[in-house]
Amino acid sequence: MGTLIDQNPAAGVTVDLAEVSVTELNRALHRAADGSNWVVTRPQGAHAIAAGLDAAVTVTVEGHVGYYCAGMNQLATVVVHGNAGVGLAENMMSGRVHVKGSASQSAGATAHGGILVVDADAAARCGISMKGVDIVVGGNVGHMSAFMAQAGRLVVCGDAGDALGDSIYEARLYVKGRVASLGADCVEKPVREEHLLELAELLAAAGRADNPADFRRYGSARQLYNFHVDNADAY
Amino acid sequence: MCGIAGLHLRNPLLYPALGELLGGMLSQAQGRGNDSAGVGIYSDPATIPAGQATVCVLGAQPDIGEDPGAHAVAVAAAVAGEADGIVHGVQVETAGQTTVIRALAAPAELDAAVRAALPDATVISRGRTLTVLKGTGEPDALAKDWRLAARGGWQGVAHTRMATESAVTPGGSHPFSVGDDECLVHNGSFSNHESIRKRLIAAGVAFDSLNDTEVGARFIARELATGAPVERALTALCARFDGFYTLLVSSATSFAVVRDAIACKPAVVAETADLVAVASEYRYLTGLPGIENARIFEPDPEVVYAWERSLTKTLQPV
Repeated sequence: MGTLIDQNPAAGVTVDLAEVSVTELNRALHRAADGSNWVVTRPQGAHAIAAGLDAAVTVTVEGHVGYYCAGMNQLATVVVHGNAGVGLAENMMSGRVHVKGSASQSAGATAHGGILVVDADAAARCGISMKGVDIVVGGNVGHMSAFMAQAGRLVVCGDAGDALGDSIYEARLYVKGRVASLGADCVEKPVREEHLLELAELLAAAGRADNPADFRRYGSARQLYNFHVDNADAY
Repeated sequence: MCGIAGLHLRNPLLYPALGELLGGMLSQAQGRGNDSAGVGIYSDPATIPAGQATVCVLGAQPDIGEDPGAHAVAVAAAVAGEADGIVHGVQVETAGQTTVIRALAAPAELDAAVRAALPDATVISRGRTLTVLKGTGEPDALAKDWRLAARGGWQGVAHTRMATESAVTPGGSHPFSVGDDECLVHNGSFSNHESIRKRLIAAGVAFDSLNDTEVGARFIARELATGAPVERALTALCARFDGFYTLLVSSATSFAVVRDAIACKPAVVAETADLVAVASEYRYLTGLPGIENARIFEPDPEVVYAWERSLTKTLQPV
């Protein structure tokens, strides 16, 4: 550890995390110039890789990453050739995060913007409290995905686990496969032309060839927005 | 928060490396808890003298300044003296805060002799193949005290603790082993363990600690004692216990993992032709052979994943 990273954006920078600490990598990425390209090798499941980036850099990670990869991302593109741990791209503001494998729990949690693409599965609570991010998952999502989702779009090309969209606000959910169950106040809604158009855009942005017509749409029934006096006994 | 790790080896060529591989996982697990730690090591039955039992205890280590060799001899003599000729060839090994006592005897006989000879000690495991080592302190330092890297075996579990439900003591650390050759390690906390503890006490079950995980271990041991397979025992636990948990349950023949109904606590499983590994975080697994090509997945909530030992592999030397 302690090796200084030689920053040479024109040629691209390769950082071996078996030799350099995550702190040092992230410090270098936080100073990196727009347009620079970074390759991270031997990540070994380390936590917080490429977290807190705020410039238009591209980071390619060759292997599995741990918790909070690309958290709080702004502007940057982060591509992971492997799986990602808990809290992938949590609170992302903008930019693009693409995991070629699967993601653990709470992928895209509270994220405000940008696009998160997971090629395989995302585990429980994908898009929990999402606030404007677009999330495209090629496989399945686990239970309680889009819990309290406020804004943004979640596209699931496989199946969704139990309690999808529980207590959802105004996020829009599209699922191609089976939904195990819908959460409180989440209902199926008709797919109109505008939805097919936005789905086509999202799938294209994720590099997917799925047919928008194969998806069903889910969203808020808006029955939990205001206190209902009939529920007074519950308090 | 706690860290758990387990390794179930399928390839006998890896047996000598069990302690080293498990030690690497334990070291990574320090990030989720470093007030205490423990391991359970399952020796290859082919390496165990016929008829040997192992009992592990806390509270019987040498006093500061006492000669460890003389202490071990004294403990062995005390155990043999209580056994009235039933227990033979007593060997005593001090491994940090744990004392390992082996002898030619039935596990229950050796257990009784140890309890009689060391009334102030706490028995933390007994069985034919299992050795449990635990204590308070930094996990890496404990692993050195236990000489973990030098210990072989076919299966092992490990735990690093950040205590929430009971005091930081050697007895409060995991694994909890309350049935012969059984181990439970737990990440999380049970919320209704006191009411279940009361019912178990009323049914005649004795407890060693105030720890919530011990209640789970005693519950599982009772289920297994009825002849229930581990899948049924853990399904029964899920129905009875509230709270957050990822549990790793091992026995002389099995290795199983289960998560609570909302999968609150993390778990990742890696499976290859040579091994099955369970960890709280993927990074614990990066030192395992063949991990690059392992099938990696996260267990679904309340689904019991269990692996049985292929006994034929040890009967046929490689």
